[in-house]
Amino acid sequence: MHVPDGFFNAATSVGAGVVSAGALAASLRQAARDLTDRLTPMAGLVAAFIFALQMLNFPVASGTSGHLLGGALAAVLVGPWAATLCIAVVLAVQGLLFADGGLSAYGLNVLLIAVVPSFVGWFVFKAVRTALPKRPQTVVVGSAIAALVSVPVAAAVFSLLYRVGGAVDLSFGSVLGAMVGVHVLVGIGEAIITAAVISAVMSTRPDLVLGAADLTPALDLRTPVGAR
Amino acid sequence: MKTNLKLFLAAGLLLGLALALLVSPFASSEPDGLQKVAEDEGFLATAVDHDLADGPLAAYSVDGVDQERVSTGLSGVIGVLVTFGLGLAVFAVVRLLRPVEQRDRQRDPTVT
Repeated sequence: MHVPDGFFNAATSVGAGVVSAGALAASLRQAARDLTDRLTPMAGLVAAFIFALQMLNFPVASGTSGHLLGGALAAVLVGPWAATLCIAVVLAVQGLLFADGGLSAYGLNVLLIAVVPSFVGWFVFKAVRTALPKRPQTVVVGSAIAALVSVPVAAAVFSLLYRVGGAVDLSFGSVLGAMVGVHVLVGIGEAIITAAVISAVMSTRPDLVLGAADLTPALDLRTPVGAR
Repeated sequence: MKTNLKLFLAAGLLLGLALALLVSPFASSEPDGLQKVAEDEGFLATAVDHDLADGPLAAYSVDGVDQERVSTGLSGVIGVLVTFGLGLAVFAVVRLLRPVEQRDRQRDPTVT
């Protein structure tokens, strides 16, 4: 869903740029609170891995493809703030090296692909975790549902922004219906890939999944009985 | 099972590189969801060429490598490595911003 240059008027692109800059500044500070030593290099890996996954377009309907956005996946692994930074790094590399995603649309893309999916994904994940028993399996289920929801929500936000500052004056309902319709299908692929990755990490290093921190209690230092 | 952290990171990076090199050349090249909607709704034509459309890696192909699948795969490998490097740099900054009260976690004894 990378927005190219020209889809939005200048005011909307600049406005999105300002909001994104604020979101990234806040993410830098808040990610510092979330990340432990173990999760700091993990976040670099999450960015690189999502870059690779975003190259894997899968067919979703006749003549249409989709690829992972990765916000929900990253949020479950390293929290929504660090996830926003991870995806913003991916978008910067794509825009600067691969001519993918317009440079004037960088702020729009950060909002639509980094901020919205990361935070929507995180809140849905937390809600599902709260509703279900505290078990490792529910981390995988929660990540899948978070991924499934995050993509059409991002598509809906695109439609809303397009109503505000799109280059062509189109009916909001028509753009919304088309965008959400196709991105529900993309979301199914997103859910499958996200669940597969989270399941793999949960079975090897569950301590590297921030969204499962409640299942791996902090190291409990004990002294032998009687020793003081 | 506890895998060594460095081993885990190396394995993850290798898997990412393998996906970029070996799987991405076979990914669908159909227009993505947004492009398709833009086409159907009639605003695809408002897209203008990317400022860096003539770059050496533009559109996920490496200048001078003519074999399409090889070119896509190589561009993916470069992208994964650059993203990893930039990601580590950004998160090195994040680490410097860590609040003072959490500094003791820097000596986290479970880091392996």
